[in-house]
Amino acid sequence: MNSTKLLTTMFAAACLLAAGAAHAGATLDAIKKNGFIKCGVSDGLPGFSYADEKGNYSGIDVDVCRAAAAAVFGDAKKVKFTPLTAKERLTALQSGEIDVLSRNTTWTSSRDSAQGMNFTGVTYYDGQGFLINKKLGVKSAKELDGATVCVQAGTTTELNLSDYFRAHKMKFTPISYDKSDESAKSLEAGRCDVLTSDQSQLYAQRIKLAKPDEFIVLPEVISKEPLGPVVRHGDDDWFDIVKWTLFVMVDAEELGVNSKNVEEMKKSTNPDIKRLLGVEGDKGKDFGLANDWMAVVIAQVGNYGEIFERNVGKGSPLKIERGLNALWTQGGLQYAPPVR
Amino acid sequence: MAGSYTPHPDLPPPANVVGVPGWVRRNLLSSPLNIALTVLALYLLYVTLPPLLNWALFNATWTGETREACQTNGGACWVFIQVHFDQFMYGFYPEAQRWRVNIAALLLILGAAPLFAGRVPNKLKVRLGLGLLVIYPIIAFVLFKGGLFGLPAVDTRRWGGLLLTLVIAGVGMTAALPLGVLLALGRRSQMPAIQSLCVTFIEFWRGVPLITVLFMSSVMLPLFLPEGMNFDKLLRALIGVTLFQAAYMAEVVRGGLQAIPKGQFEAAAALGLGYWKIMALIVLPQALKLVIPGIVNTFIALFKDTSLVLIIGLFDLMNIVHNATTNPEWLGFSTEGYVFAAAVYWLFCFSMSRYSQSLEKRLHTGHKR
Repeated sequence: MNSTKLLTTMFAAACLLAAGAAHAGATLDAIKKNGFIKCGVSDGLPGFSYADEKGNYSGIDVDVCRAAAAAVFGDAKKVKFTPLTAKERLTALQSGEIDVLSRNTTWTSSRDSAQGMNFTGVTYYDGQGFLINKKLGVKSAKELDGATVCVQAGTTTELNLSDYFRAHKMKFTPISYDKSDESAKSLEAGRCDVLTSDQSQLYAQRIKLAKPDEFIVLPEVISKEPLGPVVRHGDDDWFDIVKWTLFVMVDAEELGVNSKNVEEMKKSTNPDIKRLLGVEGDKGKDFGLANDWMAVVIAQVGNYGEIFERNVGKGSPLKIERGLNALWTQGGLQYAPPVR
Repeated sequence: MAGSYTPHPDLPPPANVVGVPGWVRRNLLSSPLNIALTVLALYLLYVTLPPLLNWALFNATWTGETREACQTNGGACWVFIQVHFDQFMYGFYPEAQRWRVNIAALLLILGAAPLFAGRVPNKLKVRLGLGLLVIYPIIAFVLFKGGLFGLPAVDTRRWGGLLLTLVIAGVGMTAALPLGVLLALGRRSQMPAIQSLCVTFIEFWRGVPLITVLFMSSVMLPLFLPEGMNFDKLLRALIGVTLFQAAYMAEVVRGGLQAIPKGQFEAAAALGLGYWKIMALIVLPQALKLVIPGIVNTFIALFKDTSLVLIIGLFDLMNIVHNATTNPEWLGFSTEGYVFAAAVYWLFCFSMSRYSQSLEKRLHTGHKR
């Protein structure tokens, strides 16, 4: 117990030191000096971050870092990826080992305040859901009274699950597993009726099953898990760039600009598009970057819709619906402030 | 010479006490309890073996390129291993540069082979061994890391797979043994400063789990360094593993030192040898020989412990298999991946154990009890 306290104190002291040392713009200066962005990603999560046989990374979280590199250097390749486990991710950011953490991290109040992080936006609105065999004929999570539920141990998922069932006055029997593979196998073998996890992972779990088509994801989402990139507190210039890289990709989708038509769109008469692509005004320069950096981001990485479909949507094996991640104009939550 | 006695030739032993039936009777069916256990074991084999063989061999898919090839048979999908095999061996090491790793491996095999052969003179063996311990790591490091002699530099974060596992285990073993010997000598030293230093070191490192050491080295250490200053993650892990193993090694060696009778020390001192000569020529050769099983035990434990680096995001064999199971194109083949990893670990650990047994046999000079 004592050593835990000591560790916590040392940790807090180190955080303060780190916070004190940084001044606005320090990270951006360092990035420009290094010539690349140090990006922390997941050590393997289908659709979000995965390194292939040659060590090339792909995934939504990866593309966010690529886009930031395109913004700063005009070259999406200038990123060094550091795979991080869930436990070390925040300290890696605090210690300066990475410049930005893009690792399916949930935006919460304590991370924003006590842990000295700044979330730059939401790349993926996730939430906990249920995966169930079609045979059981269940159409809604509210019909799950008395069900046996497979859940990953030691996560907030477990907590959300019992909260949900208590709130709806239903009974359930949890079966905890350490790894997602085990719970998928268990669902397949019928040891549990339903499997619960974040929705983005349920789709990955479903592919692991021998007959994926026999299982469906129920419509209910029982928790809020907004995932987004994170930078350090007190690093405003860099914070702005990462934040607006994301906004630009969402705005581009809304305006119908994508990686294929970006050159053509530069001739557009729409003033919003003209400003976005740096044809008119100097909105780009305000960030201390090239005036057309937004156009470069779209050309090299794509707009939000392209990134989504390529990594987790229709263009990927995961086949996740846009759902909450559709644009606000199409009933989703993705909404970005205008470039003006 | 009439009636000279010629004994009957010996009758063969009854058929049911020799050969296979005899062995079965003696070992499997000698008592009611044994019979029950035999039946139970046979039943367990009957239940587990056919499905296992069906999965791993008969229904398995061996050829193909994609996930779809594995959908029909229902057994293991070894195509998954085939497709990712290079990755499991080299991690993310650039493909064009992998010949460097192969050369290093070849050098190691060529250099080490004479050490295992019986006919090579001992003097040559000692020189070769020292060369492997001192010069080979430098050659291997230059080959792997590059940046010299026109070899393109390869960042350590791209090292992975079996390569990384062997690097960590190799460095851990070769550095921990000498360090452990020094610590063991220090702990038995008459000089209070050295003794207490060594005791503190050993007890500290033995008191913390390796996973904590790795975590501290990867997560906490950078917090105390000035911002922006970071030294290589792999190097940090290597130092952690080495210091940790050295503490264990020290205690193993100390066990050997304690087994050497006092007379040996006194006789050596009476010959006029100094401390280091006594240790190097008289005591340590005997002590180390006694604790070969302990040393190899520690080595095997170290080899398996290397898989713990996955918690600090290094892609050793274990973690690279896990990474491959998250390939969106190849989801759902974790069992095959982990079975393969287990087989590789077993192969290495079993060879180490066999080697230690042969070493013990070769070195027992009048001590066998």
